[in-house]
Amino acid sequence: MTKKSNSIYDVLAQSPSVDKVGVEERTTRFQTRSIKNEAKWQGLNMVLNMIDLTTLEGKDTPGKVRQMCYKAHHLHDSLEGLPSVAAVCVYPSMVKLAKDELKGTDVKVASVSTAFPSGQAPHSVKIDDTKFAVDSGADEIDMVISRGKFLAGDYQFVFDEIASIKEACGKARLKVILETGELSTLDNVRKASDLAIHAGADFIKTSTGKIQPAATMPVTYTMLQAIRDHYLATGKMVGMKPAGGVSNSKLALYYLVMVKETLGEDWLNNTYFRFGASSLANDVLMQMVKAKTGHYSSADYFSID
Amino acid sequence: MSKKETTTWDYAPAPESTKIVQLKEKYDLYINGKFVKPSSGKYFKTINPANEKVLASIAQANEKDVDIAVKAAHKAYTSVWSKMTGAERGKYIFRIARMMQERSRELAVAESLDSGKTIREARDIDIPLACNHFFYYAGWADKLDEAFPGRKPKSLGVAGQIIPWNFPMLMAAWKIAPALATGNTVVIKPAETTSLTMMILAEIIHESGLPAGVVNIVAGYGDTGAAIVNHPDVNKIAFTGSTGVGKLIQKSLAGTEKKLTLELGGKSANIIFDDAPLDQAVEGIVNGIFFNQGHVCCAGSRLFVQESVADKVIDKLKFRMESLIVGDPIDKNTDIGAINSKEQYDTIQKYLKIGKDEGCDIYQSPCKLPKNGYFMPPTLFTDVAQSNRIVQEEIFGPVLTIQTFRTIDEVIQKANNSPYGLAAGVWTDKGSRIFNLTTQLRAGIVWANTYNKFDPASPFGGYKESGFGREGGMHGLEGYLKFDK
Repeated sequence: MTKKSNSIYDVLAQSPSVDKVGVEERTTRFQTRSIKNEAKWQGLNMVLNMIDLTTLEGKDTPGKVRQMCYKAHHLHDSLEGLPSVAAVCVYPSMVKLAKDELKGTDVKVASVSTAFPSGQAPHSVKIDDTKFAVDSGADEIDMVISRGKFLAGDYQFVFDEIASIKEACGKARLKVILETGELSTLDNVRKASDLAIHAGADFIKTSTGKIQPAATMPVTYTMLQAIRDHYLATGKMVGMKPAGGVSNSKLALYYLVMVKETLGEDWLNNTYFRFGASSLANDVLMQMVKAKTGHYSSADYFSID
Repeated sequence: MSKKETTTWDYAPAPESTKIVQLKEKYDLYINGKFVKPSSGKYFKTINPANEKVLASIAQANEKDVDIAVKAAHKAYTSVWSKMTGAERGKYIFRIARMMQERSRELAVAESLDSGKTIREARDIDIPLACNHFFYYAGWADKLDEAFPGRKPKSLGVAGQIIPWNFPMLMAAWKIAPALATGNTVVIKPAETTSLTMMILAEIIHESGLPAGVVNIVAGYGDTGAAIVNHPDVNKIAFTGSTGVGKLIQKSLAGTEKKLTLELGGKSANIIFDDAPLDQAVEGIVNGIFFNQGHVCCAGSRLFVQESVADKVIDKLKFRMESLIVGDPIDKNTDIGAINSKEQYDTIQKYLKIGKDEGCDIYQSPCKLPKNGYFMPPTLFTDVAQSNRIVQEEIFGPVLTIQTFRTIDEVIQKANNSPYGLAAGVWTDKGSRIFNLTTQLRAGIVWANTYNKFDPASPFGGYKESGFGREGGMHGLEGYLKFDK
């Protein structure tokens, strides 16, 4: 690998090291914030509106996707004034169906691509995968990076791949999944974030949800710092999507605290922040019903789609 | 892509309930196991610096009260405390620790109300650490021979202790716990602006059944402190406070047999190298200088950043400062509380003016401040040099000076180029560099990739005008012991 000036290698040489102890201290501190009353209500509304309602299974069927799409804009009709989720996230084969189901709503359709979740496929397949999803109407593409190449130090390969997928996306927004559970250190998370941002990511995303650990606060915080540094250097805003692992409203609110205090309030909307989750929505709804009625309802009062 | 829409999301007020603290109108002196009125009949008011309201009146001890207290301490020393086994002493200290823990919420709220520090810090740092100091030293009470093998440690007698207003309860623990563990009795004076938690501690000590006269509490101003320092029956003075007063104390003790430890001011260097984990270093800067409104003797008030990363670090720091919440100390979400007193507020303002007059660039984060009380935004000075007064003198507030450096030798020289030598912080990814600096920085405490971390097992104290003697850890026992030759 030869080093060229202004190559991705120069960019990554500028990535600061990350101290895990310090990161954990800070993320623990976010969780001491007290979010109450109207701040909690507003926060829960934001969380709902930032969710990418997701189904990514081999056994996904049109029926399943159709039901989930209905839920996306009918979260809990007995509670008035609720927002819809931000998007549904499906495999490319389901994009067209989801798009039809969501016609007339402002719910976006996101599609995973690039041989999700492993990414172990030839480049041409990944391009075709992406184009198919875009042609089927996907508003957003969630790609995976080649973690093997990244860990082998072939950053140029990873950079070029992201850049070419970005091109294949056309108008669709690109979320780049780092699969942080496979990157092992926060130093790597930071490097991969800088790499993805420089290659043209509109969003960086923690995980596929298929590998444990998925999103954690330290990992998300490290990625938010990469976004903040890019913003300070260029004025450009990149979005963030933690996926998998954020399954209750309390934790989701702490994520919003983290976003607010690391990036600022400009990021507190679904253009720049998403939760990739399937079970989070119902927990948020449960809290909202509690806030309105003063008592908790059992899980059976909230639809599972 | 949808257009940018900015939401404001403010945390709703989340005040900690103050109902747990049942304040009395008046607090008396605690001498010889009894709550007694001051002989002068005088009481002074203690106020809440966050709203300038009076919290309570505190008995003011004069020379006569101090004399009674020292005599009681002396009697308790000779008749009870020095004869008791270490194991028995330890039980009392453990009991005080447990009782403090049981009342920790109350102590935290009272501390926040009286000192202006945030409830978060009082609850998560001051009070737990204070309890831990008692627990820690309770454990040493019966192991003094093991701590100093072959040196036959002996207690001194009466320890006169004077503590500052920045960490009232914690400093009380730093002083009282080792003194009791080593078999000494105590006459202690809290600072006049922050006596309240000491009054609650008096109740705890009283309920613990500690023998009368072992701990005596006399509140008051400087003259009360002077009476303690100058009393002939006091065998040891432990003082934490300003360097000016420390010098006066040392002068008055010259030629006496009294043992002395001083923990004084500081102007500590926080050093960021270009290979440091920069984002965590920024947190360390914030924690180093804005913790407790900067009222910290070991505050990292002189920041040194390697020139190659200086702009980046300063940008990140300013960005981070925007998210700091300055306001009501009793709100659980407040990051920076009230300046402790009008006097200290004026001192800090004086330094801000000096800095501006010296031509330094000032930056203050754009935060909302409450209308009443003594509040100020976190403040940076850039474009400063060693020759600036704001770099040389201790400000004791949320004010940071930022200098850049080129080489390691330069930063060591500049960090040491101060009359103080309390603490330092070093931020680098390189282990060898950390060890190199810990040997070369003339500071009592050097933190690596962190700042303002305290533990009862770790000794704390200064070089040069930051004082002498160590508090905390096994080293902390030594200041309260004498040894057979």
